[in-house]
Amino acid sequence: MSDKKEQKKNWPLWEVFVRSKNGLEHRHFGSLHAADAAMALENARDVYTRRNEGVSIWVVESKHITASNPEHNGELFEPANDKVYRHPTFYDLPDEVKHM
Amino acid sequence: MKDNLIQYILGIADNSLILGQRLGELTGHGPAPEIDIAITNISLDLFGQVRSYFQYAAQLSDKDITEDDIAFLRTEREYVNVLLVEQPNTDFGYVITRQFLFDQFHYLLLSALQQSTDATMAAIAKKSIKEVSYHKRFSADWMKRLGDGTKESNQRVQQAVNDLWGYTNELFMLTDADKQAIAEGIGVDVTLFKKEYYENVAAILEEATLEVPTQAFFQKGGKEGVHTEHMGYLLADMQYMQRTYPGMKW
Repeated sequence: MSDKKEQKKNWPLWEVFVRSKNGLEHRHFGSLHAADAAMALENARDVYTRRNEGVSIWVVESKHITASNPEHNGELFEPANDKVYRHPTFYDLPDEVKHM
Repeated sequence: MKDNLIQYILGIADNSLILGQRLGELTGHGPAPEIDIAITNISLDLFGQVRSYFQYAAQLSDKDITEDDIAFLRTEREYVNVLLVEQPNTDFGYVITRQFLFDQFHYLLLSALQQSTDATMAAIAKKSIKEVSYHKRFSADWMKRLGDGTKESNQRVQQAVNDLWGYTNELFMLTDADKQAIAEGIGVDVTLFKKEYYENVAAILEEATLEVPTQAFFQKGGKEGVHTEHMGYLLADMQYMQRTYPGMKW
């Protein structure tokens, strides 16, 4: 009930992903409020592509995104800091090889 | 013939100019930031179209004038927009209904204008119709959301439909400039799609669970330069800068 009331007052938050060119991936552009998916798409078009930024838009309601907890950053990400050997930087590349 | 074409151009462009100004008044006052931006975008689309029309009109004119002179330095009686577009932003229901009633017309007008024998007019119509297709979608969507929304939104938008309905018939009245432009193949005979307009409008109102007004009395005058009392205030606002600082640029 309180959830319904809240919805009436505030439109839910949506995350917007825009593909700026064919062949590129969709990138997170920002977020906005909208009552439903159709309105989120329309709003995204008006808010994020008015300067010719995109060829395709995705929207997803923010509540459907599961995020990592910043408090766990230590155990999640720090162990990778001292493992430089995981970067492929120890090879000598011949000059003929491009785009590496 | 040239003077008639100029007058015909004003008959089309003034609608977009005055509606664009009305929408511009909402900048920063939209019901939500997203809608605020959407409305401002529509306003800017309309001004962009107006510039193309007025640049062409200025070029046709024998007088040494620019697009700015045409936009900002005429008197009230010289503006020939329909009364519908000068109606105030009473509430969001009125803003959307006014937009909806105009967009449905605007789209049909530009569709036909693309076939104008005047290459410039045809080109402007071709460029504008993509923007107007979006306006039409935006306003029809919102008619449905408001009409089929809450009891409050339904009542308010129905009130707006009832109040603004009397201004729709003027969209289809032909001025002398219209008649001559039609005879020359430059202009569009808007009476040909009057039936289609009211059918399209009724279909969307029905989907929005709104009633189609049955009133038979219609307002007119704008196309002849006789405006409602709202027009003077709108022009005072719009013309202030050019009249206070003539020829200003930034």
